[in-house]
Amino acid sequence: MATLVFLEHHDDELQKGSLGVLSKAASLGDDVTGVVLGSGVAPLASGAGKFGASRVLVVDDPALEAPLPQPRVDALAQIVRDRGFDTVLFAGSVLAADTAAGLAARLDAGLNWDLTDLAREDGRLVGKRPALEDSVYADVGWRGEPRLALFRSGAFDPSETGGEAEVEEVSVSFEDFSQAAKMLEQAHEERSGPSIEDAEVIVAGGRGLGGPENFKLCEELAEALGGAVAATRAVVDAGWYPYAAQVGQTGRSVSPKLYVACGISGAIQHKVGMQSSNVVVAINKDPNAPIFEFSDLGVVGDLHEIVPKLTELVLARKGS
Amino acid sequence: MKIAVCVKQVPEGAARRLDPATKRLDRSGEGALNPFDAHAVEEALQIRDAAGEGEVVVLSMGPQKALDSLRKALAMGADRAVLVSDDALAGSDLVATSGVLAKALEREQADLVLLGQQGSDSDGAVLGASLADRLRLPMFSQAAELTVEGGSIRGKRQTEFGYDVIEAPLPAIVAVSDAINEPRYPSLKGIMGAKKKPQETLSLADLEVESGAAGEEGSKTEVSTLGDPPPRGDSRKIEDDGSAAQQIVDFLAEKRLL
Ligand SMILES: Cc1cc2nc3c(=O)[nH]c(=O)nc-3n(C[C@H](O)[C@H](O)[C@H](O)COP(=O)(O)OP(=O)(O)OC[C@H]3O[C@@H](n4cnc5c(N)ncnc54)[C@H](O)[C@@H]3O)c2cc1C
Ligand SMILES: Nc1ncnc2c1ncn2[C@@H]1O[C@H](COP(=O)(O)O)[C@@H](O)[C@H]1O
Repeated sequence: MATLVFLEHHDDELQKGSLGVLSKAASLGDDVTGVVLGSGVAPLASGAGKFGASRVLVVDDPALEAPLPQPRVDALAQIVRDRGFDTVLFAGSVLAADTAAGLAARLDAGLNWDLTDLAREDGRLVGKRPALEDSVYADVGWRGEPRLALFRSGAFDPSETGGEAEVEEVSVSFEDFSQAAKMLEQAHEERSGPSIEDAEVIVAGGRGLGGPENFKLCEELAEALGGAVAATRAVVDAGWYPYAAQVGQTGRSVSPKLYVACGISGAIQHKVGMQSSNVVVAINKDPNAPIFEFSDLGVVGDLHEIVPKLTELVLARKGS
Repeated sequence: MKIAVCVKQVPEGAARRLDPATKRLDRSGEGALNPFDAHAVEEALQIRDAAGEGEVVVLSMGPQKALDSLRKALAMGADRAVLVSDDALAGSDLVATSGVLAKALEREQADLVLLGQQGSDSDGAVLGASLADRLRLPMFSQAAELTVEGGSIRGKRQTEFGYDVIEAPLPAIVAVSDAINEPRYPSLKGIMGAKKKPQETLSLADLEVESGAAGEEGSKTEVSTLGDPPPRGDSRKIEDDGSAAQQIVDFLAEKRLL
């Protein structure tokens, strides 16, 4: 099998998730090639050898400078066609998902997403895909080649097993429509504010709070418990709370002793950031909310009633 | 300005299950408009109304009863609905779905195509990019803010690294974040009026798509087995009867977290 792994980079570093996928691919015993797409990225390529790439292809082109998906589809489509890769793997990210989905359409190729593992069973490649808020575990496969797979973020840790990779520069051409979207301002780390990564207790708020002013309910409870406050993407995107406090795929990953989720539905993209918490308590008024699937204590009720009472009781207990 | 919004009907609540026989999502039970898509409809209405002119067309591919979800979008204020429905569509994956919806969108020639961020049944967040490639249009996803101005659209998107600002010339495709707006509830007048708005159902033949290019036959992925999730440790669920706060405190004390 000839496997290609999309190596995402940011701030002159290959991303950990991509290197994890690379290590996974190498562990299956295939011949694994990495691909780095960007502008001024050639120096990054050789670093992938350690994680199992026997070869790294580099496309260094100003059209690939901004982290936008469509020029990447052009580049990957040409590489996959010209070199006959039968499998293309992506570590889950906003850029990778759009790139993989565009490539699926371009090549009429099957894309399985949100995979947590990949195995070879009786000579066939099988993806492991938890579905419906992880209430069902499906084995998924592909009909025809190439097979495209997008892994859930954080699915694999990188492991240093390989050696030197042979680096090869490739040039490609780009479609006009692929270059029509322009990056006007590229994200810089907005990591100001207190760190939630070290907190032993986290009280997290979601859209169920009803408005930015109600974050004080979380803040008061967090203070009583000696913890920090976190948020979902929905409320960060809405401007209720700073990005630095966001937990999930596109925010931070946390693993406190206690995670209290208030008014959070529990989308997969949120779950991946908090699933290694020791104890999870969730308060949500919808008995069908997915968060209850991974809570140690699930409370069906109105957070506006429960949270202030809880804060009072915790303070009373501490005072006594 | 003509805006097409792709919306999907998804199974709701307890009706959410995979059919062990077909290994497909069971779409026979209760369904509702994918909550993420209500934000895309709302955004389209706001853009149309700010421009003071234009048309919002809602488009779905799904079983006949997906019309209910299209009607909800009409009740919110969309002008026209198109449903692609055909027995040969069952079991369509991303490649097949994007092929069919791209054909339906080609007929519309909209200036802007909006999608929700993800299907609540698939969690894919992938369809927009596939459609863009088929239609050869610029796209971006995860837009938490949008402005249309002078023939282009600008949006703010969150990635793993913070916020980007992206601009694309129209026509373009954008998938919106669920925080972009607060979707309106259909008014009684809206619900009554929805019935009279144009609603069209198209078959694969109408779109000149060969049945082999859709449904299971046109799909490039498959589900081979379904299993149960790994067992979880003891987890408890309670309903608040006024004592929930006390019960949480007791639980935390038991876990030595207080
Ligand atoms: C590529 C991608 C990346 C993403 N990255 C992230 C990420 O990093 N982090 C993240 O969090 N999300 C992320 N998301 C978004 C994610 O899919 C969800 O949209 C988001 O997590 C939902 O946030 P929420 O739970 O606050 O809101 P909702 O889903 O709207 O949930 C609100 C909940 O509050 C409950 N509620 C309402 N009122 C009350 C009340 N009075 N009392 C109690 N409960 C109440 C409701 O029942 C509901 O369950 C990402 C999505 C995509 C596609
Ligand atoms: N069958 C469908 N018909 C119309 N629109 C769809 C369909 N499936 C998905 N969509 C749109 O694509 C978005 C992303 O879906 P997905 O990529 O499946 O998570 C949804 O929010 C909808 O806007």
